[in-house]
Amino acid sequence: TKKELPERFKAYKHVWVFIEQERGIVHPVSWELMGAGRRLADKLNVDLAAVIIGPEGEATQQAVAESFCYGADLVYIVSNDLLVDYRNESYTKALTDLVNGYKPEILLLGATTLGRDLAGSVATTLLTGLTADCTELDVDADGSLAATRPTFGGSLLCTIYTLNFRPQMATVRPRVMPMPKRIARPVGRIITHSLGLVEHDIVTKVLDFLPDRNSAKSNLAYADAVVAGGLGLGSAENFQLVHQLASTLGAEYGSSRPLVQKGWVTSDRQIGQTGKTIRPKLYIAAGISGAIQHRVGVEGADLIVAINTDKNAPIFDFAHIGIITDAIHFLPPLIAAFRERLSPHCRDRIAG
Amino acid sequence: MHIVVCIKQVPDSAQIRVHPVTNTIMRQGVPTIVNPFDLFALEAAMELRDKFGGEITVLTMGPPAAEDSLRKALTFGADRAVLLTDRVFAGADTLATTYALAAAIHKIGEEYGPPDLIFAGKQTIDGDTAQVGPGIAKRLSVVQLTYVAQITSLDLEARAIEVERRSEGGVQVLRTRLPCLITMLEATNEIRRGGMIDALRAARTDIVKWNAHDAGIADISKCGLKGSPTIVKRVFAPSKREEKAMLVEGADQPVSALIDAIFKRRPNLETE
Ligand SMILES: Cc1cc2nc3c(=O)[nH]c(=O)nc-3n(C[C@H](O)[C@H](O)[C@H](O)COP(=O)(O)OP(=O)(O)OC[C@H]3O[C@@H](n4cnc5c(N)ncnc54)[C@H](O)[C@@H]3O)c2cc1C
Ligand SMILES: Cc1cc2nc3c(=O)[nH]c(=O)nc-3n(C[C@H](O)[C@H](O)[C@H](O)COP(=O)(O)OP(=O)(O)OC[C@H]3O[C@@H](n4cnc5c(N)ncnc54)[C@H](O)[C@@H]3O)c2cc1C
Repeated sequence: TKKELPERFKAYKHVWVFIEQERGIVHPVSWELMGAGRRLADKLNVDLAAVIIGPEGEATQQAVAESFCYGADLVYIVSNDLLVDYRNESYTKALTDLVNGYKPEILLLGATTLGRDLAGSVATTLLTGLTADCTELDVDADGSLAATRPTFGGSLLCTIYTLNFRPQMATVRPRVMPMPKRIARPVGRIITHSLGLVEHDIVTKVLDFLPDRNSAKSNLAYADAVVAGGLGLGSAENFQLVHQLASTLGAEYGSSRPLVQKGWVTSDRQIGQTGKTIRPKLYIAAGISGAIQHRVGVEGADLIVAINTDKNAPIFDFAHIGIITDAIHFLPPLIAAFRERLSPHCRDRIAG
Repeated sequence: MHIVVCIKQVPDSAQIRVHPVTNTIMRQGVPTIVNPFDLFALEAAMELRDKFGGEITVLTMGPPAAEDSLRKALTFGADRAVLLTDRVFAGADTLATTYALAAAIHKIGEEYGPPDLIFAGKQTIDGDTAQVGPGIAKRLSVVQLTYVAQITSLDLEARAIEVERRSEGGVQVLRTRLPCLITMLEATNEIRRGGMIDALRAARTDIVKWNAHDAGIADISKCGLKGSPTIVKRVFAPSKREEKAMLVEGADQPVSALIDAIFKRRPNLETE
């Protein structure tokens, strides 16, 4: 039952995307959201704005310029050297001040550690609704945001509305929305807002930042080819076959959750509901049954190949190509054959 | 030192089934568990209590049956348990949930001493929004430290805490003031199994049960479904993929059959 939107919310217009940057690097989920935001804005016939919060300087200016290339009609910016590190207090203030000042009807953020930390605070401060981890965003005939998210690990979907409050807020996980095409465009309208804080006002201090070692950091979510193994491989030694096939293909490797729990694989390699969402061109799953919590993380792959001994395994319900065989015996000749078939040049291309 | 740990009772989602016709969750007979992420928070709280002494109060909002999860937390070693239960809380989204939980924490502070720390899990396995921790912090006007991997120092005199917090590209080392709210990352600290003494004490401990009025909640229009800005409009099953997997079966050369099938579907993989 829909009541009319309260008078005080009628001025809320336009679609905003929070552009997440940490240490000078924009998280790709922000551009994915610009693609989704563009579609919503076009349907509503309103503007799409990018919101950029960060320190003064080159990186922030770069993010502003890029926002236009990913479809922004205008950019709101709060830049101040106090914002060099993400801190909840300062970023919440910046974003809530912008919302209160310029009144968007829809506000989207990435469901990353930063985005989730910030979105929860901002929504509570504004006393509005926040729908988490959406997989689909649309607007209804009456212009309300219909935010669809998986429930119970993906066995069901539900569509959630924030009917009588503004802005309507939603988060989306990385790799759920397709990456839009970047089109070179000139810098457009920019609205600058001041932070209105001094360091003394911010209780939390950043003592240090320990960047992840690049070698250890997985690029799983953004890889073009991924090979993963599950419990069917039987042992940590056999999981080496997954490594080998991945390196042959120039792919990233991953696993189902039980392997993480057994300590065979580190947690940043877990694929699925409580791990990473992937969207590769090619996904090869060996010895993975295809439980719903795994499925929701891989469904965006263009081509899913499953290797499993059980022809009734649920993974064959969503794989494109299946091979019913023992992975432990099948993988070594497969690795050898791929090695022969793919020139090093092709491998680089698959790895993208 | 007084620590409040928020826990939620959740269905054991590994055993959740969806009714094939009505698309509803079949809850009957589904066992409930303490949200696994909350146990990392409880363990972190108990490790601090080992070092600094003090008391741990566990808090949950839920139906009367959520008492089970509090009992469990007591056997693990919590000192006190508060169950916030009232029909007016039914149907709460995260905003309404944090309104009620923040009120209850305020009340716990009045009754048993103000908390120095409030813990929550990283997220639940059913609602899975990760919004309740930040929401409580905002409502109580305390600093939030989410995705904490490790608490490196706590100084009760100076009212200061240092933690390592996971961020996208690395680890932030942060210092802030007490009281604050911490959500713990899934970590390596397995919950300890409470001993005989804990089990005995848990059996003797009464669970404090509060309704909205008891918790000092003045405005019940901010609770439950009424107090929730979000509305679930539609629940439906994901569309099934029509086409079944193409199975490579009984091939003489299964390896080349598979590779051929892959390149046939995605020729650009080979030639791109
Ligand atoms: C709240 C919650 C969140 C979860 N989140 C995730 C998540 O993010 N990601 C995730 O993956 N899981 C997740 N799970 C777990 C999920 O429900 C499954 O338990 C898990 O995905 C199963 O892993 P698996 O397929 O490796 O193992 P199993 O289900 O044990 O499957 C092993 C498969 O290997 C096959 N097999 C056996 N031997 C061989 C062989 N020699 N060669 C080939 N095949 C063989 C078997 O036929 C079987 O299909 C979650 C569960 C819960 C409750
Ligand atoms: C399928 C489904 C989808 C939903 N989607 C949304 C949505 O998109 N937006 C929205 O606002 N609400 C949503 N809700 C409602 C939301 O789940 C409830 O408000 C719930 O009470 C708390 O949210 P959570 O389970 O996501 O907790 P989270 O925010 O994931 O929980 C984080 C931590 O907060 C603490 N905590 C959470 N709930 C309680 C509790 N009842 N008692 C004590 N401590 C607690 C625990 O320590 C927990 O680890 C959804 C509910 C369901 C069942």
